[in-house]
Amino acid sequence: MTALYEITNLSKRFTVGSRFSRQGKRVVQAVDGVSLSIQPGETLGLVGESGCGKSTLGRCLSRLYEISDGKLVFDGTDISTLSTAQMRPLRRKMQMVFQDPYASLNPRRRVFDLIAEPLRIHLSLPDAEVKSRVAGLLEQVGLLPDHAQRYPHEFSGGQRQRIGIARAIALEPKLVILDEPVSALDVSVQAQIVNLLADLQERLKLTYVFVAHDLSVVRQVSTRIAVMYLGSIVEIGDADSIFDRPSHPYTQALISAVPKPVNSEGRKRIILTGDVPSPINPPSGCRFHPRCPVAQDKCRVDRPTLTVANGRTAACHFPII
Amino acid sequence: MIFAIMQRLSQMLFVMFGISLLVFLIFFGTPGVDPAARIAGRNASPEVLAAVRKSFGFDQPFYVQYLTMMKKIFVTGDLTSFVNRGWKVVPAVLDTVPVTLSLVIGAAILWVVFSLIIGVTAAAYRDRWPDKLLMILGLIGVSMPVYWLGEVMNLITQSRFHDSWLFSWVPPLGYKNFSDDPKGWFLTLVIPWITLSILYIGLYGRVLRASITEALQEDYIRTARAKGLSETRILLRHALRTSLIAFVTLFGLDFGALVGGSALLTEVVFGLQGVGKLTFDALQNLDLPVIMTTVLYASFFVVLANAVVDVIYILLDPRVRTS
Amino acid sequence: MILEVTNLRVSFRSERGLVRVLDGVSFTVDEGEVLGIVGESGSGKTMTVLAVMGLITDPNAVIEGSIKFRGRELVGMKPREMRQLRGKDIAMIFQDPMTALTPVYTIGWQIAEQILTHQKVSKAQAWQRAIDLLAEVGIPKPEEAVHRYPHQLSGGMRQRAVIAMALTCNPALLVADEPTTALDVTVQAQILDLLRKLQATHGSAIIFITHDLGVMAELADRIMVMYAGRVVERATRDALFADPKHPYTLALLNSIPPLEGERPHRLQTIAGAPPSLMNLPKGCAFGPRCSRKFAACEDRPTLTSPPHETACFLIGAK
Ligand SMILES: Nc1ncnc2c1ncn2[C@@H]1O[C@H](COP(=O)(O)OP(=O)(O)OP(=O)(O)O)[C@@H](O)[C@H]1O
Ligand SMILES: Nc1ncnc2c1ncn2[C@@H]1O[C@H](COP(=O)(O)OP(=O)(O)OP(=O)(O)O)[C@@H](O)[C@H]1O
Ligand SMILES: [Mg+2]
Ligand SMILES: [Mg+2]
Repeated sequence: MTALYEITNLSKRFTVGSRFSRQGKRVVQAVDGVSLSIQPGETLGLVGESGCGKSTLGRCLSRLYEISDGKLVFDGTDISTLSTAQMRPLRRKMQMVFQDPYASLNPRRRVFDLIAEPLRIHLSLPDAEVKSRVAGLLEQVGLLPDHAQRYPHEFSGGQRQRIGIARAIALEPKLVILDEPVSALDVSVQAQIVNLLADLQERLKLTYVFVAHDLSVVRQVSTRIAVMYLGSIVEIGDADSIFDRPSHPYTQALISAVPKPVNSEGRKRIILTGDVPSPINPPSGCRFHPRCPVAQDKCRVDRPTLTVANGRTAACHFPII
Repeated sequence: MIFAIMQRLSQMLFVMFGISLLVFLIFFGTPGVDPAARIAGRNASPEVLAAVRKSFGFDQPFYVQYLTMMKKIFVTGDLTSFVNRGWKVVPAVLDTVPVTLSLVIGAAILWVVFSLIIGVTAAAYRDRWPDKLLMILGLIGVSMPVYWLGEVMNLITQSRFHDSWLFSWVPPLGYKNFSDDPKGWFLTLVIPWITLSILYIGLYGRVLRASITEALQEDYIRTARAKGLSETRILLRHALRTSLIAFVTLFGLDFGALVGGSALLTEVVFGLQGVGKLTFDALQNLDLPVIMTTVLYASFFVVLANAVVDVIYILLDPRVRTS
Repeated sequence: MILEVTNLRVSFRSERGLVRVLDGVSFTVDEGEVLGIVGESGSGKTMTVLAVMGLITDPNAVIEGSIKFRGRELVGMKPREMRQLRGKDIAMIFQDPMTALTPVYTIGWQIAEQILTHQKVSKAQAWQRAIDLLAEVGIPKPEEAVHRYPHQLSGGMRQRAVIAMALTCNPALLVADEPTTALDVTVQAQILDLLRKLQATHGSAIIFITHDLGVMAELADRIMVMYAGRVVERATRDALFADPKHPYTLALLNSIPPLEGERPHRLQTIAGAPPSLMNLPKGCAFGPRCSRKFAACEDRPTLTSPPHETACFLIGAK
């Protein structure tokens, strides 16, 4: 099976501060040498703690950000260096949904226009056709036809997220990158959106990149999961094995840290010390070693790369499995 | 720190250079302001005009004229007026500085003290009658034109009620040197101080009330309440303290502008020979050397005030310090 | 019993009439116990504890009912007396550690300020106590940390500082409003661990608010579920998780994707969205979203009697 999206050694650096500020220019290595391949029809979950570069990776994938390094081959086309104008035809095949749908929906436009906009820009359809398509999209995401004439602020968070999704699937894309699509929602509404996304995926044969920090949601939606720490992927694998038998100590600690409503027996909680370090001054060697419960001398100097061992892919000198 | 100062200095030089060049270009670019014709007088003969051109250097290339003028301001200090021949401009401008400084510093003290009182009181009683009353007074203060207010003040204190016990102490208009006559200096300036500060008291009082009220909505105020602090302490040590950051910025900009000559109307009404009055007169008869000197002086003060604000900012807001 | 809240109602006067945010909330907190409050956004969790703290400052708020702390009535108490309780006997930890501290003062200053407000000690003593407290909540190098400004600390460290501040006077009741919601999972685990330890050493009773049932399971002795400003269910933690009785609690538990075992093909959902407080249904507030609604639900259910209290007509009907 050929990959829908092949990402090789992707890096993204931001420069913060100026030469004139006290600390001078500093470089934030937000994404640091990520290689991935995304298969058609799968959902790749991207988890990690705040600031580990999930959103930045998502935005690089959709080329909302210029990438600093690496190669992106989407659907057979090398898009690493395409200009915004050259990207435009490809945008149809690759859409993005954001965490706060309200901030990404123009508050002064009606829902109809918001959803019709991509149809008009990319397909230049006649008005009647646009109308019927918008009605169809609203129905697909579980909104009522008369919602089309309302403004975003008249909707609840969950409904706004539905509008954002309708907009993203309007052009029947191949890939949808979802950046924390349910993080701002209450659990009861979150479940509705998760189900909706699953239905749409089945119906429209979509491929998802699903960014979230809520591990239970990621487990529910993902086929495969990539765990990120300080800009790099530390472990990647199919959802069940990541959760049932994590290989990287960070993955293990992350999963054990999630409080569970139902008490599970024999579960030992691993409490990491310290905070997530800053990507401005990352630790030497393995980025995780200062917090790692099993770190050894080698980890302080030698940076592990993603390697396959025992059928598991992790970046660790001393994987658990 | 040294680096920051150097940066400020170069910024100042850059601003002053830009502004002086702009003033110069505008002056010579404006039709009908041929300085030679003004200097030579109304019915001067072409020979006289030519002589004037030569002696003032107007026949020289543009950049030479500019450089000569800059040299005369900064190096030799012997720039003379185009209008009153022989009148040395630089000492004249320097003479006006104490007048303007006296006026502006006094007014600034008044307006800071009173606007703090008003802003804090209004915020403490927000949405109740003391707040509403103070804010209406503030609005009145903001909307009274300084020139008109000054004239009214003069009318009351100089003529109408001058002989009443209330205003008999008010000396005639004009400025007295502090070193010659401290009491006279003070008395002549009291009314101008009040006049100039009223606008700013109104403005700053309102701004301060708004920013304190905004600060009072912040989460950390709720924390302060949860700690069991008294309302007064919350208001002064937490809400006011964080609001001062905006207040100081505004103050620095206004103060710099006023010292730079924006107190013009007040100076004119009260017959104070300050920088503003000097600029005003120079603009009336398009006296480029005076305009140039005062403009440079003003930009110096505005940039200086900005630099001082930045320093105070760093003292007031630890977030600026480390990021 | 340290706190007894009876029939608490909080309403706000607005142009469109009275908005009732809390409608007859009653509960008690025993000495040294952890009472958890769960519920979705807007269900009134924060408002409940703000009422207890006397921190509802909106002039349009109307507070009715009774809140008794160690037998003293707090509703209508003079602000001056309330202030002496607040921060001393009842302390609070807030949700967002990023904004909960005044940005222009060091954390040491802010902790010392609280000590000096309630205790007759010298500045030096207060400062020393601040250092001790920071050490106790696990901030590394507390002698240096006292001189730090909030923005110089990470989210987790700030929340520790806030907790240290709340503990200054050994409060009998600690109110924690979603103290870990803004934090990362691994940091959340640290803070929950810390709270558990502190609770053991200080013995304060805790009211712990969260919308995360997992977090609740970690910490609470008893759990109270709120919906639209009302209490719908209350039981011990084990009873609630083992046998949730109210359809809302049940649906809430089921809508969380499981972390272990078989992944369900679809998640269970609750139809619709939480009601607007402006026009609550006449009967059971959850009625319109409830899959097991029946005729009786047109009336308003009351809580059954302890130990497992539920406000649902299904309980009596069975
Ligand atoms: N535009 C930017 N300029 C400078 N630094 C940035 C920028 N965007 C992100 N960063 C930095 O890059 C790192 C990764 O940020 P990113 O937003 O991708 O994290 P994230 O994993 O999505 O976190 P969260 O869970 O909080 O959304 C962070 O340290 C962030 O501060
Ligand atoms: N000043 C006010 N005037 C009117 N309504 C208010 C006011 N303050 C809060 N509310 C309403 O009170 C309700 C309960 O709010 P509360 O903050 O207690 O919810 P919560 O359960 O803590 O939610 P969250 O999980 O989002 O923190 C909300 O619907 C809110 O809109
Ligand atoms: Mg993000
Ligand atoms: Mg809340």
